[in-house]
Amino acid sequence: MEHYLSLATKAIFVENMALAFFLGMCSFLAVSKKVEQAIGLGLAVVFVLAITCPLNQVLDAALLKAGPMVGGIDLGFLRFLTFIGTIAAAVQIVEMTLDRFMPELYNALGIFLPLIAVNCAILGASLFMESRAYSLADATVFGIGSGIGWLLAIAALAAIREKMRYSNVPGPLRGLGITFITVGLMSVGFMAFSGIQL
Amino acid sequence: MADVSPREALIDPLFNNNPIALQVLGICSALAVTTKMETAFVMSLAVIAVTTLSNVVVSVLRNHIPGSIRIIVQLTIIASLVIITDQVLKAFVYDIAQQLSVFVGLIITNCIVMGRAEAFAMQNTPKLAAIDGFANGVGYSIVLLAVAFFRELLGSGSLFGITILTPVNQGGWYVPNGLMLLAPAAFFLIGCFIWAVRAWKPEQIEEELHVGALLELSNEGHLR
Repeated sequence: MEHYLSLATKAIFVENMALAFFLGMCSFLAVSKKVEQAIGLGLAVVFVLAITCPLNQVLDAALLKAGPMVGGIDLGFLRFLTFIGTIAAAVQIVEMTLDRFMPELYNALGIFLPLIAVNCAILGASLFMESRAYSLADATVFGIGSGIGWLLAIAALAAIREKMRYSNVPGPLRGLGITFITVGLMSVGFMAFSGIQL
Repeated sequence: MADVSPREALIDPLFNNNPIALQVLGICSALAVTTKMETAFVMSLAVIAVTTLSNVVVSVLRNHIPGSIRIIVQLTIIASLVIITDQVLKAFVYDIAQQLSVFVGLIITNCIVMGRAEAFAMQNTPKLAAIDGFANGVGYSIVLLAVAFFRELLGSGSLFGITILTPVNQGGWYVPNGLMLLAPAAFFLIGCFIWAVRAWKPEQIEEELHVGALLELSNEGHLR
């Protein structure tokens, strides 16, 4: 249990997807103008990560690694293609399931789901999971943890940006420039977590 | 965008329409590899190769790709090219490929590649698409290398692993700035880069509804 707690803390705070590894930056910067939208996208990311990370772990262990199921051939070079395929398919399935069974959640997340298929944080989490040789349980905890970390970061950034509308930023720095500096400062804040172990 | 001349396709993405500074594309995989010039350089080459080739392939196939499944087709083409790039890197520069770790794979989700395939290659001839892909790759590389230049020079006093400013612990005078090697420095440097580009080309400034600026204006009007 302690192991999983430590893994989750690490994924949420110490190795925050957005602030320490720069993953998912495109949507991180584009969809962080309003807190509500940011939380919507963040939740969708948590959701998709929680599904794709374990799924990719299973596929990787069963099919891609040299094993009896594929006659001992190492199919590792197909990893990128498999992972991105799984992610695109998972996003599609999640979208259709939500539409059918949870229409209100679908309406809230709707526009963000297709964006997620090309979010680096999702593919990044799967690749990290593979390169660190996580087990299935590890991968699940890591997926959910990374998603929560990302959600935390984007919600915080959106809150700051909403407040920043009231400050007078120098012209050329306005918009994207000041956002980068803000993210940098947030990243400095998150550096304080480094080295924490449970 | 059918009337783009090759010259415009080549020059535009460098500064006027830089993929990172103006279009906010592809920062995802970029920043983590900029602690050293060496890794940034290899990453740049990989991205240039993938954007150019994917633009060519998508452009050649553009009349045969059905509109409804084009995203999946583009994704498959890009993923295959990235796999090839990854294998080449592992074969020839193994050490650097290890340092780049997952970030080579992340070129797949790099929005520049996808964005150019979708926005340019689907409507233009292979030749123009190749120029566009190449120029966008170079525009991306300029930012990547500029960030890596400052991070490596100030963070460890060297460039491409060759010592320029001898650090204190090797008997020199330069005290390395450790912050430069950490994640936040990359954000600050990109922010400053955007600032510099937009100060030079003021037409790129974003016109947001700006309460602070409005207040100032109304104050001035009031004083007058």
